[in-house]
Amino acid sequence: MRNKLSWFAVPYVVWMALFTVAPVVMVVIYAFTTSTGGFTLDNFARMGDFAVVFARSFQMALIATLICLLIGYPLSYFMAKEGPSFQKVATVLIMLPMWMNFLLRTYAWVSILENNGLLNRLFAAIGIIDLGNLINGGLNSLCAWLNSGVLDWLNGMLGTEFVLNTARATDMTYFRMLYTQGAVVLGMVYNYLPFMVLPIYSVIVKLDNSLLEAARDLGASSSRVFRKVIFPLSLPGVLSGVTMVFVPSVSTFAISKMLGGGTKLLLGDLIELQFLGGAYNPYLGSAISLVMMVIVVVCMYVMNRFGEGEEQAVML
Amino acid sequence: MKKMIALALACALSATLLAGCAMDDPQSSGASESTSGVGSGKREVNICSWGEYIDTSLIAQFEEETGIKVNYQTTDSNETLYNLLETTGWSGFDVVVPSDYMISQLIEEGRLAELNYDNIPNFAKIDDRFKNLSYDPENKYTVPYTWGTLGIIYNTQRVTEPVTWDLMFDPDHAGDVLMIRNSRDAFGIALMSLGYSVNTTNEEEIRQAYERVAQANKDGVYQAFVMDEVFQLMESGSAAASTYYAGDYLSMLEANPDLAYAVPESGSNWFVDAMCVLKDAKNKDEAEEWINFLCSTEASLANMDYIWYASPNKEALEKYPEYYEETYGEPLDEELYEIMAAPQGVLDRCEAYLVLPAETRTLYNDLWTQLGVAG
Repeated sequence: MRNKLSWFAVPYVVWMALFTVAPVVMVVIYAFTTSTGGFTLDNFARMGDFAVVFARSFQMALIATLICLLIGYPLSYFMAKEGPSFQKVATVLIMLPMWMNFLLRTYAWVSILENNGLLNRLFAAIGIIDLGNLINGGLNSLCAWLNSGVLDWLNGMLGTEFVLNTARATDMTYFRMLYTQGAVVLGMVYNYLPFMVLPIYSVIVKLDNSLLEAARDLGASSSRVFRKVIFPLSLPGVLSGVTMVFVPSVSTFAISKMLGGGTKLLLGDLIELQFLGGAYNPYLGSAISLVMMVIVVVCMYVMNRFGEGEEQAVML
Repeated sequence: MKKMIALALACALSATLLAGCAMDDPQSSGASESTSGVGSGKREVNICSWGEYIDTSLIAQFEEETGIKVNYQTTDSNETLYNLLETTGWSGFDVVVPSDYMISQLIEEGRLAELNYDNIPNFAKIDDRFKNLSYDPENKYTVPYTWGTLGIIYNTQRVTEPVTWDLMFDPDHAGDVLMIRNSRDAFGIALMSLGYSVNTTNEEEIRQAYERVAQANKDGVYQAFVMDEVFQLMESGSAAASTYYAGDYLSMLEANPDLAYAVPESGSNWFVDAMCVLKDAKNKDEAEEWINFLCSTEASLANMDYIWYASPNKEALEKYPEYYEETYGEPLDEELYEIMAAPQGVLDRCEAYLVLPAETRTLYNDLWTQLGVAG
């Protein structure tokens, strides 16, 4: 018999049908349609032209996800080990930035990172930029010395022509930070880190302490307890964290446009360009979105399968 | 700021799309006019313009004087505007302010309504120089809003004069140049640097222009492709050179006195942005009232003072130096006035954009995508 309370789910089901299912169906339909309404696969045939953009986006999203994991896991682990009042404060601090609009937060990075921005002015004031020039100068002379000495000899022996770069800038007045790929990755990490920390934290904090005690009773060292018990059991949190960071990172267009400068398009930019840029081509835009979604879903599926295996191994 | 607007628009778009589907029926059944009728007491007008392109107090003043609610949105380029109109089914806005070449395209496609100039008595105040221009030869659809030149804005501390279009492709300024983020202007700049017409339809010439921009992008000349982000980057000195519009240069100059503006000797683009009403506009009367309001000498003066773009209102144009002196208690620098309202000598060496044939537009769009893909 159906639960009578299930009627309360109706608003959400309607919501999801309208704003999740319907748009996805529209994307699929558009992807296979020509501008005159006929069926076509041409939109997908053009996908090869955009392979570079796919590679660029997935690479940057992957780097951002890895950094989030490397920062987020230890943070969640130690948070979960602290007392409840510390946990409360830490959770609020992690959530705090999310109370402000994400575009405003990202835009703030422009004035922090720009060539004459806050960070560069700070670096100049405390001599870090001069230090950079000094190091570059040192490296230049070192490379020049190696070029004329060891490398000359090596090239002579091997018949090769290795030369080390001796043209590092020694007259920098700022570090180029804004409008680099690094800035985009920074933007992704900054915006999505909470989505990595919170799921991992909530899994670790609920770990059954008796399992850890049992492991220690059986003589496992603390590093072994972590490797064999805690980490495998926290994997569901890691997996949802990875998903929640990777998926928005791979499709972002706001972050890459604001911090990346648009000289190298990411997937989100490319799709946006089809809808709002010069070329109004929702059919191609939908096809690119669809391919992106399929790749992401496949990635997630493979990862989850891999995760399940791990969990079961632990259970046994 | 631009990006926020863009995202807000994207959200608005998806909402309108859905709403559009749901609301098509009642509208096609002929009841649509009553919703904007004068008697209903809920008069409104939907406007889409550029960012930083109006003295915002004028909006409040108009609302107060007429009781018409103004829904004011912005986009950042003619191409974006076109796509926004396309996605909102050409009825989401009443008044738009595209540039000359986009107006031609909209007229060609039959998107614009013929205006009733009886409702726009202030049109008489527009200087005859700005009437019956090539984009609207019989002046049936448009009322000019602003005009000006495209030029190079540069930081005099880091760029040696005289500046030519080659500056925009110069590897000596790698990482210090901002290229404009719309295909027409970006490829137009390259075409001008190669000595070709900005209105060429010769594919070979356009491809050469693309190569010039792509090569410079590969060489790292461009710090970024920007539209209104240019304000912050030039004002803070984070970039040394950019191409943008004269009026915006004057705004930047207020924040950074090291900036200078030049229309290269070899020529440039001059533009007129004009107000038009969409054919499917729901609030045509209100739209004309709004247009008339902005054409008045008072509004034109306030606008010129706020956005630094020259008005086509003859009286306002002549009175502005006087208005400036009264407002600020010091005379307006002649040089600045000539940057805002370029003298005929400068306009003579500039070329207006004409609408390009559809296949050339497709080529522009394909090359523009290719540029960002190649990186």
